[in-house]
Amino acid sequence: MALLAFVLTISLMLLIVIVVVYAERKVAAFMQDRLGPTEAGPYGTLQPLLDVLKLLQKEDIIPAAADKKMFAVAPILIFAAVFAGFAVIPLSPSLVPAGVGIGVFYLLAIISLDVIGLLMAGWGSNNKYAMLGAMRSVAQIVSYEIPAGLALLSVVMICQSLDFQEISYQQGVLMNLFPGLEQEQNWLFGLKALGFETTTVGGLTTWNIFRAPILLVAFVIYFIASLAECNRAPFDIPEAESELVAGFHVEYSGFRFATFFLAEYAMMVLVCLVAVILFLGSWNTPLPNFGPLALANWTTGTPGGMASVLWGGFWLISKTLVLLFVQLWARWTYPRLRVDQLMHLCWKVLTPIAIGLVLLAGIWRLLMV
Amino acid sequence: MLFYLFAALATISGAYMVLTRNLLYAAFALLLTLLSVAGIFVLLFADFLAVIQLMVYVGGVLVLILFGIMLSSRVKDKSVLSENVNTGWGIAVAGLLLLGLSYTILQTNYVSLPWIEAADTDLLGAQKSTVQAIGIKLMTDVVLPFELASLLLLIALMGSAYIATDKPTKL
Repeated sequence: MALLAFVLTISLMLLIVIVVVYAERKVAAFMQDRLGPTEAGPYGTLQPLLDVLKLLQKEDIIPAAADKKMFAVAPILIFAAVFAGFAVIPLSPSLVPAGVGIGVFYLLAIISLDVIGLLMAGWGSNNKYAMLGAMRSVAQIVSYEIPAGLALLSVVMICQSLDFQEISYQQGVLMNLFPGLEQEQNWLFGLKALGFETTTVGGLTTWNIFRAPILLVAFVIYFIASLAECNRAPFDIPEAESELVAGFHVEYSGFRFATFFLAEYAMMVLVCLVAVILFLGSWNTPLPNFGPLALANWTTGTPGGMASVLWGGFWLISKTLVLLFVQLWARWTYPRLRVDQLMHLCWKVLTPIAIGLVLLAGIWRLLMV
Repeated sequence: MLFYLFAALATISGAYMVLTRNLLYAAFALLLTLLSVAGIFVLLFADFLAVIQLMVYVGGVLVLILFGIMLSSRVKDKSVLSENVNTGWGIAVAGLLLLGLSYTILQTNYVSLPWIEAADTDLLGAQKSTVQAIGIKLMTDVVLPFELASLLLLIALMGSAYIATDKPTKL
């Protein structure tokens, strides 16, 4: 069972990563009025696969002055840290690789291992650019973990749970089927005083950003911070091509570079999955029930059945892809932030707002019961 | 079985950390030690503690240590090495600690300890993790130490902010 979950998760992750790599090139091309890859396969769809094949054939170079052990361990550690995060992601009402009770917290902690791997890579390469890139990257990730963590904390306070699956169930029509939530009720905007119960309506109305509209702000904060955490533009000073060549992975080639590349894209997918699960209704359908027109029930299925697995996976992955598109969009829209702007945004804008949100989330929770 | 694996890992990496002269390797050995201890915590049903360990020590303290080493090293173009100082005192303290611990362990009658007897029962019961219990304890029984700790952290934060600010130099 554990092996099956492992294989399923890794193949799903690889599939999404391949799609994102292709989308990155195509989206970038269209935004710059180019065509992007067109030669390999129809519309260039085989391009990412061929890129991977090319990378695997390349010579594995270890610089003579590098610290060989650290140089070798770093990509493995980074990938392992990111992939370990996928273990707690629920894919559908009945499918979750590891349903631990403190999933959200575990995810935050295990992702912070990534930082150690970055430092190892930067130091092990024995290269100025790599070291500078690693330092910048770590400083950025450690700083932006704070607003991201606070934004997640406000979700946890609204949902009263650290379990991804429980939070998922709360955001849809299936809520009362989760053990421990049989008596729970959802209200429109989380305000019981409005007297409009949405427990059986489901759809958009029970997503976290509608259950407690302040979470919309938390979502934006989390999304910005998550861009910084995976070193995406406009927060890509760790990999700034024009000043650092490629940052911490400048000395890597062949399969080791492919591992870094994979870890980076896997991280993008992971942060988007977390955003979808915690804010945008997880595997729940966006369509609400309208009286006899039970759109939500039709597009959810019953837990345990094949239909629910397929619908759940479909909604989860399509929402994730939308968010990934927004990440690409941001990359090709905004210029890179300077270091001081980066830190200003994190410590003087996002963190105070996030702290205020935590307080508001506590108050909102009181209105919900 | 898993316990022995984690315990062995923790011991070996701990020993390596102490014995290696290269400070950076010692820091990465510390990473392995902390991870194995977190694994042992999980096996003991202390999931929250395990994740806290990862979050605070690996994600925070260890990164700080690494930053410190990396920024202060290569002064004379070679990596930092640790030196042996206070050998006599170190051996004395470690030996006394070992003696004290072994004495306590040998004195204990394990079979009659209440929490050993209760080990066969389902520890967590209906709850999925120890978070709820820890939260309730923090807000009731130990609320004073909890608040004092938070006050201490706040003071530390203010102190660091004060040290880091640019002081206008007097004429």
